[in-house]
Amino acid sequence: MSVSLQLAQTLLAILLAPLLMGWVNQCRAWLQGRSAPPITQPYRTLRKLFHKDAVIAHNASPLFRFAPYMIFACMALAAGIVPTIANDLPFSPAADVIALVGVFALARVFLALAAMDIGTSFGSLGARREMLVSFLAEPALLMVFFTASLISQSTELPHIVETLAHKDFAIYPSLAFAAVAFWMITVAENARIPVDNPTTHLELTMIHEAMILEYSARHLALIEWAVALKLFTYSTLGIALFLPWGIAPHGDVAALPLALAAMVAKLALGGALLSFMEAISAKVRLFRAPEFLGTAFMLAVLGMLIHFLLEV
Amino acid sequence: MRIGEHDWNLDPIGRHIWRGQLEVGQLLALAREVKEEGGQLVALWGADDRRLGGGFSIHAAFLTSSGLAWATSALSADAPVYPDLAHIFPQADRMQRATFDLLGIRAESAVDDRKWLRHNAWAEGDFPLRKDFTRLTPHASRLTEVDAYPFIRVQGDGVHEIPVGPIHAGTIEPGHFRFSVIGDRVLRLEERFGYTHKGIEKRFEGMDIATGAKLAGRVSGDSHSAFAWSCCMAVEMATASEVPERALWLRALFLEIERVANHLGDLGYLGNDVALTFGFMQFWRLKEDWLRMSAKLFGHRYLFDCIVPGGVAADIDNAGMIELGGICARIEAEVQELKAIYDEHATLQDRFANTGICKPDLAARLGFTGLAGRASAQAWDARAQFPQAPYDQLDVNMATQRRGDVLARAEVRFAEVHESLRLIREILKRLPTGEIRAPLKPVQAMCEGLGWVEGWRGGVLVAVRIDASGKLDRVHPHDPSWQNWPLLEIGMLGNIVPDFPLINKSFNLSYSGPDL
Repeated sequence: MSVSLQLAQTLLAILLAPLLMGWVNQCRAWLQGRSAPPITQPYRTLRKLFHKDAVIAHNASPLFRFAPYMIFACMALAAGIVPTIANDLPFSPAADVIALVGVFALARVFLALAAMDIGTSFGSLGARREMLVSFLAEPALLMVFFTASLISQSTELPHIVETLAHKDFAIYPSLAFAAVAFWMITVAENARIPVDNPTTHLELTMIHEAMILEYSARHLALIEWAVALKLFTYSTLGIALFLPWGIAPHGDVAALPLALAAMVAKLALGGALLSFMEAISAKVRLFRAPEFLGTAFMLAVLGMLIHFLLEV
Repeated sequence: MRIGEHDWNLDPIGRHIWRGQLEVGQLLALAREVKEEGGQLVALWGADDRRLGGGFSIHAAFLTSSGLAWATSALSADAPVYPDLAHIFPQADRMQRATFDLLGIRAESAVDDRKWLRHNAWAEGDFPLRKDFTRLTPHASRLTEVDAYPFIRVQGDGVHEIPVGPIHAGTIEPGHFRFSVIGDRVLRLEERFGYTHKGIEKRFEGMDIATGAKLAGRVSGDSHSAFAWSCCMAVEMATASEVPERALWLRALFLEIERVANHLGDLGYLGNDVALTFGFMQFWRLKEDWLRMSAKLFGHRYLFDCIVPGGVAADIDNAGMIELGGICARIEAEVQELKAIYDEHATLQDRFANTGICKPDLAARLGFTGLAGRASAQAWDARAQFPQAPYDQLDVNMATQRRGDVLARAEVRFAEVHESLRLIREILKRLPTGEIRAPLKPVQAMCEGLGWVEGWRGGVLVAVRIDASGKLDRVHPHDPSWQNWPLLEIGMLGNIVPDFPLINKSFNLSYSGPDL
């Protein structure tokens, strides 16, 4: 029962991720005063890419071909670990939040290696910048997780969700700081404005896009899908940590429909908020990205301090 | 005409335009006097006069305190050499190299004698703009060898090169940029152009005047009116033809419409390059309204072929004037509103300010010109200082800034949008009645003329020589991007690679114009 539920939840994440991307793109287009593409546009793009023949550089090593599958697998695994609609599924004990950060890091390492593999200047330029952003984002992300872990006395996500959603309701001021920090990290890690611009065609300004310039067809499709999945996983992770109400407790099948509805509503809201923040922001100068992430780190640490000051 | 302490043998051939023949030895002395006076070199080109019984000739147009001085020196047919001007006016460098590639006229003892326009399309030693050049001689390396161009290398620990272009990710013109960087910091930028060399100057030869004017307008499409007006002005000067008063005013109207369209587009692009897509969409909505207005009133979105030799081909009636006046008022109010948003957007201001600085003293030394030059305190605007009709009656306010960064160039654009909208309304108010086109006087003998118009990007100059049969013999269209491209290399120094698209866009120079 719970195994099939686990599979269903992971599959749901994989299938719904492009829809979230489509929704964000749609909202952003509206807020920018454009007419929006249909919400299903990412699926069409994926379908188009899967139907194309891949063009691969002559000097590409097997790593270059392998990386997209690895990246996609990492994101699918991460999506399986995070409680999306049901809590405490079989996969969850496989990795705690610290291991989750490791799964994201693994995908990033492969992407950066693949980007440098071909030896084009844009690939290594993107890889270099990606590392600049992520080595600052990772510690901040860990700090956010530690704040939540201190409250629930565990680094296991099911425990955290259980404590925050299903025990006696309590207000944790520390989580407010952690939530803002998490938002900033999500923006940076998912290559969104103001750190990166996912829609730019200016190759010299790119971070994430510069790394995948040499990919085409199915490889590109897998990476694009993984990008959507990453945004989806970060969103559900944020929901599990800061808005967990509605996630079905362990073994409660009857609560699942409501949990699904709550999840869709929360994701829609989060997506709209993301596109709103993007619409009113401009991209910061590259060397201001460390300041941006430094602020996130400081907020996360503040959250932890406040936990010790007010909540223990 | 007096420049400095000497009286040069230059006579007026038009308003603020002077012309004269100099000994080749005097050219250098003239250039020095112009420089000392604070003037600039505007354009440099050559011609093959061997069929006229001479050798070659070198032409230089200088900006002086009393207008544009067009000096010509005859060169020998066997060894066409003239003194290097680039050590006085650095902007001459690429023009000298292009002149050699096209005509085989060499600047003596020039420091930089690398090729410029010649890639591998024609062999070394072939000079396409010579009159006896008929067709490309097939040469083995044409398609097989890559264009071996000696870039200047930066060496040292941790320096590496990023080659960008000529094919870019966006739909822009082709150009190659070679960055030498440490990390993301730019130590040197070197440009390589010529990818859009189309042989326009060769194509002009033997063309009739009307077709030639059409072609001139297509040298750089975003400056159509400026080039077309310059070419027509040159032709009319050469044939001593009168242009009806109303046609002149309508030409100014078209030029200002073109300026507003381009500035609106650029202001949008500047927003887009810092990922503020909202600004991009809003400015482009305004530009689109503006272009549709042009299409409706004058028959073409970019006003192509509205300016023709002898006058204009499109007129405006009372209903059109009311419509144009209405859209001017609406766009002025909306631009004001959008400027307030740009002004108050902290991240955008942070990206614009202190990015891509070209300091005024360096700008003066290197001959920075036009819109971008005015943002670095190079206060030259032919409409204000050397006005041709009808600008002599319009009192143009020049917009200048001293900062020389992206923000300054954006500010100049905002100021010029408002000034152009004011001028458009002024023109509509005072538009004289009458004919809009008069026939050109027939050509009796070989004649020459020069047109000079302040386009949206800067001063556009077209020199024309018409032979006795009334066909074009030599036409040289000069785009202000010639002078400004090298300044982009300077403005980029010390900036970071991801700021290049923004800095480049704030200049927004033409590739097609100087590639010819």
